[in-house]
Amino acid sequence: MAMTVLFYVFGALAVISALGMVLNLRNTVASAMSLVVTMVSLGAIYILLEAYLVAAIQIMVYGGAIVVLFLFVVMLLNLSDDELPPGGRQFFKLAVVLAGIVVLAQVLPALSQDSVLTAASEAVPEGFGGYRQVGLALYTDYVLVVEMASLLLLAAIVGALILAKRNID
Amino acid sequence: MVPLDHVIALSAILFTIGVIGVATRRNIIVILMSIELMLNAVNLAFVGFNRIWSGSEGAVAIDGHVFVLMVITVAAAEVAVGLGILLSMFRNRDSVNVEEVNLLKW
Repeated sequence: MAMTVLFYVFGALAVISALGMVLNLRNTVASAMSLVVTMVSLGAIYILLEAYLVAAIQIMVYGGAIVVLFLFVVMLLNLSDDELPPGGRQFFKLAVVLAGIVVLAQVLPALSQDSVLTAASEAVPEGFGGYRQVGLALYTDYVLVVEMASLLLLAAIVGALILAKRNID
Repeated sequence: MVPLDHVIALSAILFTIGVIGVATRRNIIVILMSIELMLNAVNLAFVGFNRIWSGSEGAVAIDGHVFVLMVITVAAAEVAVGLGILLSMFRNRDSVNVEEVNLLKW
């Protein structure tokens, strides 16, 4: 019961701070701080879903590294607060918001009709979500994926260096 | 226990907020953050589904968590390259407005 209550608390926190990030038209730093709250709330929800390793990595990589990278760039660019006044393509933006609300209104009631989703979830096996099980899966079944991820990170490092460099000579 | 249909509903709501952010905002930094939000919504769905299909005793099914780790890796790479593009765009245009970058737009 307490876990369900905690899920609703963190879920509401995630949605409110996500809305705060998207709707904050003035201050990009405040948007990034809202994003931190969303990421940490999602990390807490991962713990409630017994994904302990994923929760730790979520908070370290998303709440730490990625948002700090965003803040670093925002500070580097030294943007003024109201750089982008609202305007342009108002009809299109309104249509997107309406379409999103309509799709959600269709999807959300349908979820509670599904017997698989509403069934009470059973207890997880021993060691589920810990570093041992995830590590075993990563380095046996998914070892090729790990290698591809390392190649991707190498390509990203080289690409980011070339893109951010002032002159390529 | 956490009801799974509400987890998927939360995931759908967060994804929709991300889509609305990408479509309505003009600041490219906020657009990148909205993309991160959408990736996070997908991760939440993966973790939720892995919670109900968690395998039986002796054979733990953890594939959803492995997927989430890969999505986090791709997100980190994407942010690094995206912010590099942003820096060079700001250097050339003195702006982070995506509507001013329309050379390849039809």
